[in-house]
Amino acid sequence: MARAVTTNRKALNTAIAWTIGFVIFFPILWTILTSFKTEAQAISDPPIFLFFDWTLENYSVVQERSNYMRFLWNSVIIAGGSTILGVMIAVPAAWSMAFVPSKRTKDILLWMLSTKMLPAVGVLYPIYLIFIKLGILDSRIGLTIVLMLINLPIIVWMLYTYFREIPGEILEAARMDGASLKEEILYVLTPMAIPGIASTLLLNFILAWNEAFWTLNLTAAKAAPLTAFIASYSSPEGLFFAKLSAASTMAIAPVLILGWFSQKQLVRGLTFGAVK
Amino acid sequence: MATQHSRSAARLMMAPAVILLLGWMLVPLTMTLWFSFRTYLPLRGGDQGWAGFSNYTRFIGSSSFWPSVQTTLIIVGGVLLITVVLGVILALLLDQPMWGQGVVRILVIAPFFVMPTVSALVWKNMFMDPTNGILAHIWRFFGATPVEWLSQASMPSIIMIVSWQWLPFATLILLTAVQSLDSEQLEAAEMDGAPFLSRFWFIILPHLSRAITIVILIQTIFLLSIFAEIFVTTGGAFGTRTLTYLIFQRVLESQNIGLGSAGGVYAIILANIVAIFLMRIVGKNLDA
Repeated sequence: MARAVTTNRKALNTAIAWTIGFVIFFPILWTILTSFKTEAQAISDPPIFLFFDWTLENYSVVQERSNYMRFLWNSVIIAGGSTILGVMIAVPAAWSMAFVPSKRTKDILLWMLSTKMLPAVGVLYPIYLIFIKLGILDSRIGLTIVLMLINLPIIVWMLYTYFREIPGEILEAARMDGASLKEEILYVLTPMAIPGIASTLLLNFILAWNEAFWTLNLTAAKAAPLTAFIASYSSPEGLFFAKLSAASTMAIAPVLILGWFSQKQLVRGLTFGAVK
Repeated sequence: MATQHSRSAARLMMAPAVILLLGWMLVPLTMTLWFSFRTYLPLRGGDQGWAGFSNYTRFIGSSSFWPSVQTTLIIVGGVLLITVVLGVILALLLDQPMWGQGVVRILVIAPFFVMPTVSALVWKNMFMDPTNGILAHIWRFFGATPVEWLSQASMPSIIMIVSWQWLPFATLILLTAVQSLDSEQLEAAEMDGAPFLSRFWFIILPHLSRAITIVILIQTIFLLSIFAEIFVTTGGAFGTRTLTYLIFQRVLESQNIGLGSAGGVYAIILANIVAIFLMRIVGKNLDA
């Protein structure tokens, strides 16, 4: 029996929830608003909310000063590349663990998860050294590989939890009809797995985009992505709130939008299926 | 039925992922272990030979070690307390009937998708700046002297920033758990006249315990190694140097690889203690 809810109660809930939502979202909203102000208006006291002279000047200044497009491009390549590479390696592994499980499958899965818990700082210097020896320090390829390895356990887990929900009978039917392993994967499994693969791609792209230990420590000028671009704004130079806001807005906008689409996968992906 | 053929094919398909992760784990780990027993100063004479356990004793004996462990634990504990308590309250609130639930959820989730360097910088400058930050405006409005947040109240400020980033994650997971609550049981308790607090304590909280454990463990793993937030705001000054940051400084700033590696081994041990508990819980879920 559904509980009857009075309109008053519902209105009260709505008011409280919207207020809290607004407070939590406020720093992001304020950053976006400030990015359209002049520097003088950005620091005016009392602060101005909406009635200022909207300007796009900050965006062009930021682009000129620090070549935003280059950092953006690095972020896209590194986050996109590491995610796609990771999924390509993880799909076969997750497929075999979900459909041809053995006694050791569970141990392998847990072991993969355990590599995720290795604190990055514990292996900072070895990775640094290996990168210098291989000549891939401050290169997109090096960072792509590291981020792929960091996220690989999550990718395998997410795909595994999705694949496990595909009924095995369908695969057996295909096998009975004489489908080869290749055909089975290509024509039966892939179409059913596409939604799961898509959400895995989405969440891991976001995680790679925001990763801020390796991207800060393994890049300098050439391969630096947006995380490093923003960190370069940490020492203030005169009036800069509006420019900082413009730079921040540009760095978070793509992922904020993607993130809203992937809230459900976030729970599933980051809890390794332990909360559904 | 899996045939012998498909079984060996399966092994082959697993191989790339397993080999890559094995290499990723073993190679740097072995190197860190090796360096931790060496006197290794790349800028001052390179590898100067065997050091025994001296790096380990020196790292623990240094005056900055225990404060850094303490700082780490306070940040992790503070953020966990805030995110779990507020997360439970928010999850229960968001589960209530209301208008525009989807929009509110989007607003609440948003901070999780902001990259750490951005949220740290935005908070540091636009909110916590002692002359032009929003908080300074508010303080002056009430006639108070603005606080220099990141130097006078550095730890609460950092805990605040990090909690803002992680509250969405806790809320989202707890909300998922709240939604799977058996509402008939709650209604029955309500009809029997159980007040909200005892319904919360005896029905809701036990139901959420597993989700809360998961939130605590996963956040602990990420929080033990927070870096960007400190790198951008205080640079480890004003008592905010965590274990991660201390090791980072030993390795990259003072270029003492042996000492830094010994610190790295301590960090790995600390993380593994947490990890073991998480694995138990996740592993149990696999059997179900």
